[in-house]
Amino acid sequence: MTAPTPGVPLTKAAPDGATAPTGDGPQPGGAARAPRAALPWRPMAGLAGRRLLAAVPVLAAVTLGLFALAAASPFDPVKQYAGDAALRADAATLAQLRENLGVDVHFTEQWWRWLTSALGGDLGDSSTLRQPVAQVVTERIGWSVLLCAVAFVLAVVIGALLGVAAARRRGGLLDRCVTATAYVLQAAPPFWLGLLAVWLFALQLGVLPAGGLTDTDSDTVTAGSLLRHLALPAAVLALSQTPWFVLYVRQGVLDALGEDPVRGARARGLKEHTVLYGHALRSGLLPVLTLIGSRVPELITGALLVETVFSWPGIASATVRAATASDFPLLAALTVLATLAVLLGNLMADLLYGLADPRVALEEM
Amino acid sequence: MTGRRIRTTAAAVAAVLLGAAGCSSPSEGGGGSADTSYVVGIATEPETLSPLLGYGKDGNSKIFDGLLSRDADLTLTPALAAELPEASEDGLTYTYTLREDVAFSDGTPFTAADVVFTYETILDEDTNNPARGELDAIESVTAEGDHRVVFRLKYPYAAFPERTVLPIASEAVAGKQDVNTGAYNTEPVGTGPYVLTSWSRGEKLSFRANADYWGGEPEVEKLTMAVIDDDDIRATRLRSGDLDAAVLPPDLARTFADSDGRKIVEATSADFRGVTMPTENEVTGDRAVRRALDIATDRTAMVDNILDGAGRVAHGAVPTVSPWFAEGTERPHDPAEAEEILEQAGWEPGEDGVRVKDGRRAAFTLWYPAGDQVRQEHALAFAGDAKKIGVDITVESGTWEVIEPAMKEDAVLAGGGNPTDPDFDLYTLFHSDLAGDGFHNMARYANPAVDEKLEEGRRSADREVRKAAYDAVQRELRDDPGHIFLTHIDHVYVVSGDWENVTTQVEPHDHGLGAGPWWNIEDWRRGK
Repeated sequence: MTAPTPGVPLTKAAPDGATAPTGDGPQPGGAARAPRAALPWRPMAGLAGRRLLAAVPVLAAVTLGLFALAAASPFDPVKQYAGDAALRADAATLAQLRENLGVDVHFTEQWWRWLTSALGGDLGDSSTLRQPVAQVVTERIGWSVLLCAVAFVLAVVIGALLGVAAARRRGGLLDRCVTATAYVLQAAPPFWLGLLAVWLFALQLGVLPAGGLTDTDSDTVTAGSLLRHLALPAAVLALSQTPWFVLYVRQGVLDALGEDPVRGARARGLKEHTVLYGHALRSGLLPVLTLIGSRVPELITGALLVETVFSWPGIASATVRAATASDFPLLAALTVLATLAVLLGNLMADLLYGLADPRVALEEM
Repeated sequence: MTGRRIRTTAAAVAAVLLGAAGCSSPSEGGGGSADTSYVVGIATEPETLSPLLGYGKDGNSKIFDGLLSRDADLTLTPALAAELPEASEDGLTYTYTLREDVAFSDGTPFTAADVVFTYETILDEDTNNPARGELDAIESVTAEGDHRVVFRLKYPYAAFPERTVLPIASEAVAGKQDVNTGAYNTEPVGTGPYVLTSWSRGEKLSFRANADYWGGEPEVEKLTMAVIDDDDIRATRLRSGDLDAAVLPPDLARTFADSDGRKIVEATSADFRGVTMPTENEVTGDRAVRRALDIATDRTAMVDNILDGAGRVAHGAVPTVSPWFAEGTERPHDPAEAEEILEQAGWEPGEDGVRVKDGRRAAFTLWYPAGDQVRQEHALAFAGDAKKIGVDITVESGTWEVIEPAMKEDAVLAGGGNPTDPDFDLYTLFHSDLAGDGFHNMARYANPAVDEKLEEGRRSADREVRKAAYDAVQRELRDDPGHIFLTHIDHVYVVSGDWENVTTQVEPHDHGLGAGPWWNIEDWRRGK
């Protein structure tokens, strides 16, 4: 499943080789200005409000599309629900199940039923997990947020460090290594990285657990065991996200190194370290700000695969289960959640963009 | 990329991977088991832990007890019932006297009300229990006081007590919840030897011994069922000591043959693989074709080649090791005789080697569920044997959603099997009343002699009469096959640890958590 990206993504330009985001990206230098006295609250609130209004039809369309897709799926929800028991059941039992699960009506009616009850606060019941959807979400969302946050922070930090290091000597050994690695990782699907990591660290070296939240014979989540179990999934997810940040930061810093403020700083005789981190990185980070927002869909997709490979008890692995089992209520709730995360990411990106680049008027977005 | 660039890249990837590993603390010793804990690797996990939705319906549920349970020989023994039930003269009423010293793990006493609640909830149409059909015989369940339960049946049903191994849920807890989605599905409360401590879906189920268990506290105090669907990963984790025991395919299990402290346990089963012979198909509808295919099939080769010897030839749904098996219904592999039968029935060899009768080619389609390698190999071997006598079978794979509508006309590589009472398999597979009813009698087999004996077998309470009836059914199926049964598949396990009382039952087709050497782990005792 690829999370949809509605809204107005501002920086969709993928880093293509050594000349990436400068074309339609923001001009570095904006961040180097003195911060404004106060944030433009009114335009910011206005933008958020307009986006909120736009989100309503987007969510309606996305969920309707979801029900349509699920209805077109070749899997029969009743057989998925009953598992092997379905293959030993009589026709009356199967028909009764179909009726109880409410899957014998047209998908538009299913969607309307779901929508009206969801607006009333009832998200329905998950047929695969035999739990209310709200409970599934609350039990699992924390683990997903933890995994994604750790991976994202790791990706941003590693991306920034490696990007700066690579840009420092363009075409040097380190630059070539980092850039090439970034492209290889960019091409590697996260589930493949995950399986590779399981094979290497869990099966061959035996240093890290292959999955789950706790050791096989223990139930209590302690800080130490959580760290060990989080290590592989977070590292794999971070690794799959890092290339974009590396390439964007590298390009941003490369561009900034040739700009007046940096040359000025060099001319004033500042230390190379100060020039690099205090001036070039600051202005080179500007495109990264918008990238952070627009990477949210990719992060969610990555989490789907990583959580599944590592049996991580998060929301993304529940999504995979729901999708393969035509579990409409759960799938709908999770899709809404993913769509909201994407819309929010886009909004954040646009707000940051508007703040960082004074030539962009929030009112016009 | 130049060679140098590739080398650099590889080095950098390795560096990044190693760097990521370095961030984490090293392993704090293996997951090795303490003296009283045991970790089992299973391939599939239950969809729910509520008996009301079908969990543990065949017994050995760990968390729950049934009114009855089965011992290693599959003989029914009392569990929550104080003794075996009393059946009325007409076979329509079964009365169970219950134990009075049993409590659920939350402290509430177990009473007849819990039994009535469990059965009535399952029989309720609004309960999403796919196995409800198994309790079809029940007319009503009533409590007489706190410790007696009376079942009234719609028809005399001798196999009924076998169904009462069904786990009993707590009315006090489950009665207050939505049966289909309530917390009881994931946080069950039962009377059983173990109490669930956590269930991480897709990962594991953890249990601790129930110190107040009415049958005595189990010596295995901590039990973990790790859910690992990949056979190779399960084997690796067993080898690393992370697991103490696991279910494995025969070839992988054999790699543990020389391993110290581990032993390979092969459980015989009633788990059959067979080919349905749809009577509405004009080729398989011909009894001569069915008989010819039945003896043209080289079952021994299938056991040796497909199952690596871990299995038995099947001459019917009832396994040859079962006391219900009808001696004398074994069929030899005899392709020459098969060709003779086809000749006599008018199936003449055609130009392309496929036999023809009245202008109709002896050809049909055989489906197997996609992704099931064992069934695929059975299907191909069966088609290969059929080809030798001039019957052309096209083997195709699909999901059950694709197969179901085709079942009426096309053959299916089916699986199933329950070792306890012959009624369970034979009635649903071959009674004409159930022809085409869901997944029952997929081949739409109709044979009045079989119907009559099946009914006699289910109505009589006399074991001798029943045995004679099922012998007659099996002989009739030998002469007029409804399915071509191929093999019964052994289930293979590797078990470690110094425990006594490790046995296996003859296992059913569905062998999840309750089958395997750990079926009675509550009775395991420390070895010397």
